[in-house]
Amino acid sequence: MTQDHTLPTKALVAVPRKGPALSLAGLDMLMPLHIWIGPTGHILRVGPTLQKLRPDIEIVGRRASEFLEFRRPREVQHLDDLLAFEGQQISVLFRDPPRNSLRGLVVGLPRGQGALLNLSLGISVAEMVRNYGLNSKDFAPSDSTVEMLYLIEAQSVVLQEAKSLNSRLLGARVAAEERAFTDTLTGLKNRRALDHILNRLTNSRRRKRFGLMNVDLDYFKSVNDTYGHAAGDHVLQKAASIFVEETRAEDIVARTGGDEFVIVLMNCDDLTKLKTIADRIIERLEKPISFEGAECRISASIGTTVSSFYPTLEIDRMCSDADAALYQSKNHGRARSTIFQPAALAQPKQGLKAPEA
Amino acid sequence: MHGLVNRSIQRFIVDSYGAEIWGEICREADLGFDNFEAMLTYDSALTNAVLAAGCRRLKRKRANLLEDMGTYMVSHPDLVPLRRLLRFGGDTFVEFLHSLDDLHDRAALALPDLDFPQLELREHALNSYSLIYRWRQHGFGTLVLGVMRAMADDYGVLALLGHSSTLGEFGDVDTISISLVDTQFAEGRGFELGAAE
Repeated sequence: MTQDHTLPTKALVAVPRKGPALSLAGLDMLMPLHIWIGPTGHILRVGPTLQKLRPDIEIVGRRASEFLEFRRPREVQHLDDLLAFEGQQISVLFRDPPRNSLRGLVVGLPRGQGALLNLSLGISVAEMVRNYGLNSKDFAPSDSTVEMLYLIEAQSVVLQEAKSLNSRLLGARVAAEERAFTDTLTGLKNRRALDHILNRLTNSRRRKRFGLMNVDLDYFKSVNDTYGHAAGDHVLQKAASIFVEETRAEDIVARTGGDEFVIVLMNCDDLTKLKTIADRIIERLEKPISFEGAECRISASIGTTVSSFYPTLEIDRMCSDADAALYQSKNHGRARSTIFQPAALAQPKQGLKAPEA
Repeated sequence: MHGLVNRSIQRFIVDSYGAEIWGEICREADLGFDNFEAMLTYDSALTNAVLAAGCRRLKRKRANLLEDMGTYMVSHPDLVPLRRLLRFGGDTFVEFLHSLDDLHDRAALALPDLDFPQLELREHALNSYSLIYRWRQHGFGTLVLGVMRAMADDYGVLALLGHSSTLGEFGDVDTISISLVDTQFAEGRGFELGAAE
């Protein structure tokens, strides 16, 4: 305690009564963006960086209000108008284009020397630095402008990377959707999945037995046209669940087009059974499907063929034969199922029974 | 390990040795993919597996490969951003050296999830420095050595660099010795604060 009185640490330093007399070079170093405004409102001096922002203009000697448009405070006729805002934030724009805005602080000088307005590059700092070729020497090290530029640049690199990651992820998603095996509306297998499965069936070393059923909904278009797409979608979903319920877990149900479906019945080439399944499907589809008060009525035409008809399994042939049977159903007035009959069909298909020669 | 590091390894190998060899290295390392995303984080084991596979395939020592990669990262025209961000450190090479003390914090400001080495500059005598490097990731010190070589070049400075490595309690502690022979040896590459559009 006593030491504090006997050896006051401040005693050796005289507390100054006046501010420091600053050299002009010192002023430039401390505040490279300053404007010294004289008592008459004329500019007496500008910092070197500020001059760089307006290289072709003789700034010194002009009235401050001719060089700058004051935004805050609005009315600056005399120096006193500006000094009324001493200590507060000043906003200005260059009068000549490009009209960048700057922020600053004004402080009055003693003995009628006017005022110092110290400015900083506002929000358009990056643009100004680029346009006027400023470098780090143009900013006082105590000014964080350079740090800010660093951050802006680092952030934009990061953002670029993030954006390109996003677009790659989006591309990956699209690609994944293209590779998907599921029909998104009904949850059934899609065409791709079906092709995949049929290929596996025909290329398998051990010959597989299966039935192939092509199903076309009848009157579906009129449901869509009368009650709208939402009703149509609902009908498709309902039909899909009927197909699934009327088949076994190992069977494949695929939606191959708008109202076209293919059912592969595994290990089943019993024509009577297949006919029964097809007829039951039709019967269930014909029960009205209600959707928001509307009764949607559809049916189906079905064409079926089985693997045992073919000495050599050819998927394309089987599909087109199932289609032929399907069209026979259509031609006979729809809402029915037909089993493809190899021998009974047109002449060119006679050769079917013989092995390829 | 941050994707930026992995991505840099990928770019370095693809640019220097070709995409085909990069593909082989990925298969050899059993990655299951051949493209690192810069903005994701990967298990460090993957990074080390790729580097190990790369060294085997290219018949190079890891330390030398990483040193070349460090040089590549600063000097390759496609990787301007990193060089620019480093050049923000100062107008002269000496200022740049001093800015390395802050590099860890700067990097964290830009990318908070980037695990970045601690760097500390020690000044011994005029034009003689050592850069102390600490990182818990093992065996990356020569990457920084390569970066320093390229930065000296970038500033047009002739400097002699040396490297020694020790394993500390919390990972690698490497020392890169730097002695400046000629600070105005060559023109160097220019640097504008404002990035070109």
